[in-house]
Amino acid sequence: MRRTWQTAQVSAARPETADARTIRLRFPEPVTGTAGQHVDLRLTAEDGYQAVRSYSVAAWVPPYELEVTVEELDDGEVSPFLVGVLAVGDDLEVRGPVGGWFTWTPDNGGPLQLIAGGSGVVPLMAMLRSHSESRSAVPARLLYSVRSPASMFYGGELAVIGQENSQVRLDIAYSREAPEGATAGRLTHEAVTASCFPPEDAPAIYICGSTGFVEAVSSWLVEDGHEPARIRTERYGG
Amino acid sequence: MATPTSGFTGRRQNRGANLPPGQYLTDSFPVMSAGPTPHVLLRDWSFQIAAGPGRTHRWSWEELQALPQEDVTTDIHCVTHWSKFGTTWRGVTLDTLFEDVESDAEYTMVHSYGGYTTNVPLDDLLDGKAWLVHEFDGEPLPSAHGGPARLLVPHLYFWKSAKWVSGIRMMDQDLPGFWETNGYNMYGDPWREERYW
Repeated sequence: MRRTWQTAQVSAARPETADARTIRLRFPEPVTGTAGQHVDLRLTAEDGYQAVRSYSVAAWVPPYELEVTVEELDDGEVSPFLVGVLAVGDDLEVRGPVGGWFTWTPDNGGPLQLIAGGSGVVPLMAMLRSHSESRSAVPARLLYSVRSPASMFYGGELAVIGQENSQVRLDIAYSREAPEGATAGRLTHEAVTASCFPPEDAPAIYICGSTGFVEAVSSWLVEDGHEPARIRTERYGG
Repeated sequence: MATPTSGFTGRRQNRGANLPPGQYLTDSFPVMSAGPTPHVLLRDWSFQIAAGPGRTHRWSWEELQALPQEDVTTDIHCVTHWSKFGTTWRGVTLDTLFEDVESDAEYTMVHSYGGYTTNVPLDDLLDGKAWLVHEFDGEPLPSAHGGPARLLVPHLYFWKSAKWVSGIRMMDQDLPGFWETNGYNMYGDPWREERYW
């Protein structure tokens, strides 16, 4: 990990949803890290004013690149710039990747249980990509709670992973608006239990989302008998 | 000075000199934790300071409440870049808890229900710099924010203010706790931006 600031260049950008976009950053030197880590991005205005925010890495593109996915917050200072203004070819200062707890590598084994609320899917997607790229034989499940089909990140890629990799099971839960054949509603304890590996499989569980989402889901899983030490959590906005 | 980021203007806050470098102000109170929130019943709760074999000091919930209480208003700074000004807490200063503790050790490991640990030098817990708090904003401290009681060491990044705190163990040398073995700084001074290794 690097604790000094480096200048990276935006080498590509693509929209994920109407208010989120994935930004690919190219570093001057090779960059390595672990799925689940984050980077700090620092922006500087003309007068020297600076703002720093942390974003989870969504994808590692060795040797020189990584991707972050940023969702625009209504009252945000940095995210509206990253989603709406930043252009390919622009430079950004980056520190990291950072973090050694909310991480998964294929060596960690499993089963691997991922549970995402909204944009909390970003670090979990990095884990799922790591799982796919390493052709891991570890059984993996992703339960992904979204507001609507239109607010889903990585939809195409997730569909491919779900179809092509028999080790991976995807469950999408829609809270406000569902596609045909599915129903929308608040995520329930029963739905979480049904989507998860049972406690006797001792899955490694990673939960990421809003504080309310993480608090609810993690307490249900503890009630179900999952060992608290097997449950790792991360919240955005925290 | 860093090269300006093309097109970025930023939103300057009226923050005075109280905001450490790399931080932004928030009015909300975000939560950062590594795992599920432990729920500790008050009748099962205790707090202890372990100064060595046979020198453990222990307080029950009732005993803690019977100690002199202080109201604290302070700014807090999280390593994830948010700061919150003027937070209000109520609890017992660690000077009170350490009054009868005899030890030559200069470092401490703070332990929590649920297994979390964090290391803090003893000097940073004494002389009115740290509290064991059980109220936030005039209400009992919610479990998501560390209740029944958490440590409050506001001059360090907030991960040092361990939630669900269960005790403090004296150490002769500075050993890393949970976040400190996972990429975060041994000391964590927000004014020197000691975030990571």
